[in-house]
Amino acid sequence: MEQTIEYAHATGVLGSVWLLIAIPLVSSAVILLLGRRSAKFAHWLGTAAIGAGFVLTLIYFFLLRDQPNRAVERNLWEFISVGSLKVDIGLLFDPLSAVFCLLITGVGFLIHLYAVGYMAHDERRHTFFGYFNLFAAAMLLLVLGNNYVMLYLGWEGVGLASYLLISFWYTRPSAATAGKKAFLMNRVGDAGLVIAIFMMFAYLGSTNYADVFNGVGSLSFTVVLMMGLLLLLGATGKSGQFPLQAWLPDAMEGPTPVSALIHAATMVTAGVYLIARSNAIFSANEVLQTVVVSVGALTLLIGCIIGAAKDDIKRVLAWSTVSQIGYMFLGVGLGGGAYALAIIHLLAHGFFKANMFLGAGSVMHGMKDQVDIRRFGGLWKLMPWTFATFTAGWLAIVGFPGFSGFFTKEPIIVAAFEREGWTAWLYGWAALLGAGLTAFYMTRLWVLTFLGPKRWTEDIEHPHESPPIMVGPLVLLAIGSAIAGGLMASPVAKWLEPPLPAEAHDLHPVMSHGVITTLSLVLTFAGIGLAYLLFRRGTALVEQPAGVVVTAARRNLYADAFNEIVFEKPGIFLTRALVFFDNRGIDGAVNGLAAAVGGGSGRLRRLQTGFVRSYAMSMMAGALLVVAAFVAVQMGWLS
Amino acid sequence: MQDFPYLTVLTGLPLLGALVVWCLPKARPELAKIVALAWSLVVFVLSVVMWIAFNPGGDRLQLRESYQWIPTWDARFTFAVDGIALVMLLMVTVLVPIVILASWHDADKSRRSIPTYFALLLLLEFTMIGVFAAADIFLFYVFFEVMLVPMYFLIGSFGGHQRQYAAVKFFLYSLVGGLFMLAAVIGLWVVGGHTFDWVALTNSDFATNTGRWLFLGFFVAFAIKAPFFPFHTWLPDAGGAAPAGAAALLVGVLDKVGTFGILRYCLPLFPEASRWFAPWAIALALIGIIYAALLAIGQNDLKRLVSYTSIAHFGFIGVGIFAFTTQAGTGAVLYMLNHGLATGLLFLVVGMLVARRNSANIRDFGGAGKLVPVLAGVLFFAGLASLALPGTAPFVSEFLVLIGTFTVNKPVAVIATVGIILAAAYVLWMIQRTMQGNLNPTLVDEPAMRRDLNLREKLVVAPLILLILFLGFYPKPVTDVINPAVQATVQDVGKSDPAPISGTTTEAAVK
Repeated sequence: MEQTIEYAHATGVLGSVWLLIAIPLVSSAVILLLGRRSAKFAHWLGTAAIGAGFVLTLIYFFLLRDQPNRAVERNLWEFISVGSLKVDIGLLFDPLSAVFCLLITGVGFLIHLYAVGYMAHDERRHTFFGYFNLFAAAMLLLVLGNNYVMLYLGWEGVGLASYLLISFWYTRPSAATAGKKAFLMNRVGDAGLVIAIFMMFAYLGSTNYADVFNGVGSLSFTVVLMMGLLLLLGATGKSGQFPLQAWLPDAMEGPTPVSALIHAATMVTAGVYLIARSNAIFSANEVLQTVVVSVGALTLLIGCIIGAAKDDIKRVLAWSTVSQIGYMFLGVGLGGGAYALAIIHLLAHGFFKANMFLGAGSVMHGMKDQVDIRRFGGLWKLMPWTFATFTAGWLAIVGFPGFSGFFTKEPIIVAAFEREGWTAWLYGWAALLGAGLTAFYMTRLWVLTFLGPKRWTEDIEHPHESPPIMVGPLVLLAIGSAIAGGLMASPVAKWLEPPLPAEAHDLHPVMSHGVITTLSLVLTFAGIGLAYLLFRRGTALVEQPAGVVVTAARRNLYADAFNEIVFEKPGIFLTRALVFFDNRGIDGAVNGLAAAVGGGSGRLRRLQTGFVRSYAMSMMAGALLVVAAFVAVQMGWLS
Repeated sequence: MQDFPYLTVLTGLPLLGALVVWCLPKARPELAKIVALAWSLVVFVLSVVMWIAFNPGGDRLQLRESYQWIPTWDARFTFAVDGIALVMLLMVTVLVPIVILASWHDADKSRRSIPTYFALLLLLEFTMIGVFAAADIFLFYVFFEVMLVPMYFLIGSFGGHQRQYAAVKFFLYSLVGGLFMLAAVIGLWVVGGHTFDWVALTNSDFATNTGRWLFLGFFVAFAIKAPFFPFHTWLPDAGGAAPAGAAALLVGVLDKVGTFGILRYCLPLFPEASRWFAPWAIALALIGIIYAALLAIGQNDLKRLVSYTSIAHFGFIGVGIFAFTTQAGTGAVLYMLNHGLATGLLFLVVGMLVARRNSANIRDFGGAGKLVPVLAGVLFFAGLASLALPGTAPFVSEFLVLIGTFTVNKPVAVIATVGIILAAAYVLWMIQRTMQGNLNPTLVDEPAMRRDLNLREKLVVAPLILLILFLGFYPKPVTDVINPAVQATVQDVGKSDPAPISGTTTEAAVK
């Protein structure tokens, strides 16, 4: 890197940026400690805490604009200081963290408001808001940290909140299992992230953003590649990207506002934040970038294909989140100016996906928690507000001209065609194909839910519009879905540079801009048209036999089956075998030895009649294990 | 303030308390409980004053006192603490009053005398303080062995199912380890110039082979105590059978004597042997991390499960000690403290749960969160601390161990990191099987399962939760005390921290 990154010390009002984290954290602590005693006011306290955060973020945002290099740092206290390892509880407020704070508190406020109505009949609503505020605090810490350890603190904090909220209705076995699955798959990614942090300390002696980014240039190709791949592993876990995508759809077991805030708008985009924040590392290695692009392209197609085969309204939206984040990974992987494009798409996605999730929640609210789109239909008349706002979200995500997605997804597709050589065609077409498929499955969802004949029964479901406290946020988010993309596209790109790299002007896509846009529009309208024609008359109420592709898509492309066969089953077998080994083998060997030494008669006789072989076998297995571990340790010292 | 004989008083006080409580009338058990609690609180206050008197930047061994004992062997009553011992002492004095409060009704059902139970707890505190405060190797050995006696009676007389088997097994294991150590102590006395003084012995050199044999004698004793794989099988039995409070002290404190012993005796006395044996020790520790975590996943008994998680945690401590870097060493010592708090809390809250259901079998639970939400919340918190979630104290220590190890041995650190995934598995699965899902119908018939934590139980868990959170965000007061002692130990072994691999360029960039 030619220029050194330095952050100014935060002074004046900006020095109080820690309040952004402290306010929701205190609110959460108050609610959770008071327990049921807070039930009367917890929802308003929680919502007010996020609202206050939004106002504060706006103030900080405008103050930041006037700062000379638009980045301020505040080290609060020394967290770890051991030998040469120094880690501060330190915050960084710069253009990138600022836009994330605006998204988290802005969209977060609307979702909190909505949840006041949505959770009104739940006897544990106060607990819900306690967890929700805890999430906000952790998420803000994640994006506001000035070193990787702070990021990791927030990273695990949002993971915890996500777990608590997925399994919020913990008496349902499926919710408890989904929460555990999310936490465990995330931990696999976390292990990658934390090892990347170890590498930073071992190679650069620091975990501070500034030191790491300034030092990347001194690292070898392999080290940068390894570090980047480990960060990417962390990012795929949090963001539900291949190969760690399977937990995200199951996370829909949580209440719908959770799906909207955590599993659509904010937390799952943390992986994109991590890569964008670490752009100095990722841009330094082309192989690494190609891997990120491949993960993005593959996942965006996986999400589309599975999304088209699902019948649960929230799962369709969940797979669409997986797919849209795939676009963002594609963006950050392309590098250069595409970093900013990914972030802009992320912001726009935050609006329209939150909008649609809350819309789905509104539908479920009016339909006695029915989630099966085969049993909806014709709801536009009964839920006009939900219909209108959802339509805005649908137009935004398919990239209908004039709506958000059109301005934010399109540039990423173009950027994919700007790669060198044949890879431009590969990734460009993946992105284009994804656009067509997105139009298809989202239109399927929209048509089956709101249009066509009614497929519900009056005596079971009584469709009705949601109360104003839910409709209000929907309307605001719908406006955001419609116009945010167009308004943000160019000013935000400028705002984000630096910390994100500037757009290179000497790049040319392999097809002209106009051709790409035309193709994308043709595919989009084809997708919309096909879905409309297929589903305008409704659909069968039960699952129909299908071909290989559709069956595979319904089974999440066998990712769960793969995990079960490769990890779960052998894992369970291994733990059982080890329990046996530990009781009979090691413990038995010691007891047997004791009996032998003491000359005990009963034990000794039993020992001679058959157990000897199993003792000998297990002692040998133990010895082999020790030797193998020893060899591994020795290899480590040598390297 | 340094002139007060802190360590003698601190060691003697619980012994006196044990005698007093033991003499109290059996007919008035409440009196014995209150006296024991008050006594342990006085000990705690004294230890806090001592903490203040200790100067982190001062000499390695402070608050030294030495009295004549057996002149012919030159064995003396020598007490002194370094930062490591000081932290261990504080852990003891914090945990004992909490455990006494938690054990309030543990002995009620027993046919034995209630004052005896609390006297044994104070007697145990006396030996635990003594073993950490001793700076004379013979004195250390005596405390190391005497420590078994109160614990043997706590398990054997007041324990649960299979208590006799577990108590005898615990005793025999420890005794065998102790014999190895006794041989090594005598050997040390013979070759080390007929003294037991720690300072004098650390300054003497031994022939390579002599050092290695003596190291091995100490190490086997400590590895059994800790315990490290494959010497661990006594712990699940003892932890499963001991009353919850005693189990918390057994796993939280007694086991630390093993790792403390390695740091205080093996490393400084036998630096060459420590370096020579380090790969073997790390191999055992590494196996322990993975192996014990897998076993914890497979357990059906709550207390045995917690015992196995402990063995996995001791693996981390072992790796941290034998990596010989400042971060890993400080992390290991901090881990010893944090593990005492977190696993202590876990054992205590599991004990509260088991006492309500009269069963430790996980299959007897299920959906209990609905009945006892506060208890479920505390169990969950203790579980999070156990899996070292950032924000809880154990995270800092685990992070330090791993990052410090990574700088010198990458494969070891990477394999150990797999342990954090397994930790999440055993904790969350335990929570799911006990607290979440459908309500187990048999729970409804247990009237005790409808009672959530009472005030006494809340007072037991609150200080531990607060300490775990405080040290999770601000571990500096403790690391500042540990750090100099660990640095000195790493120097004793003749090692130093590696510089960043591309360090020069970073410094240039900073300038």
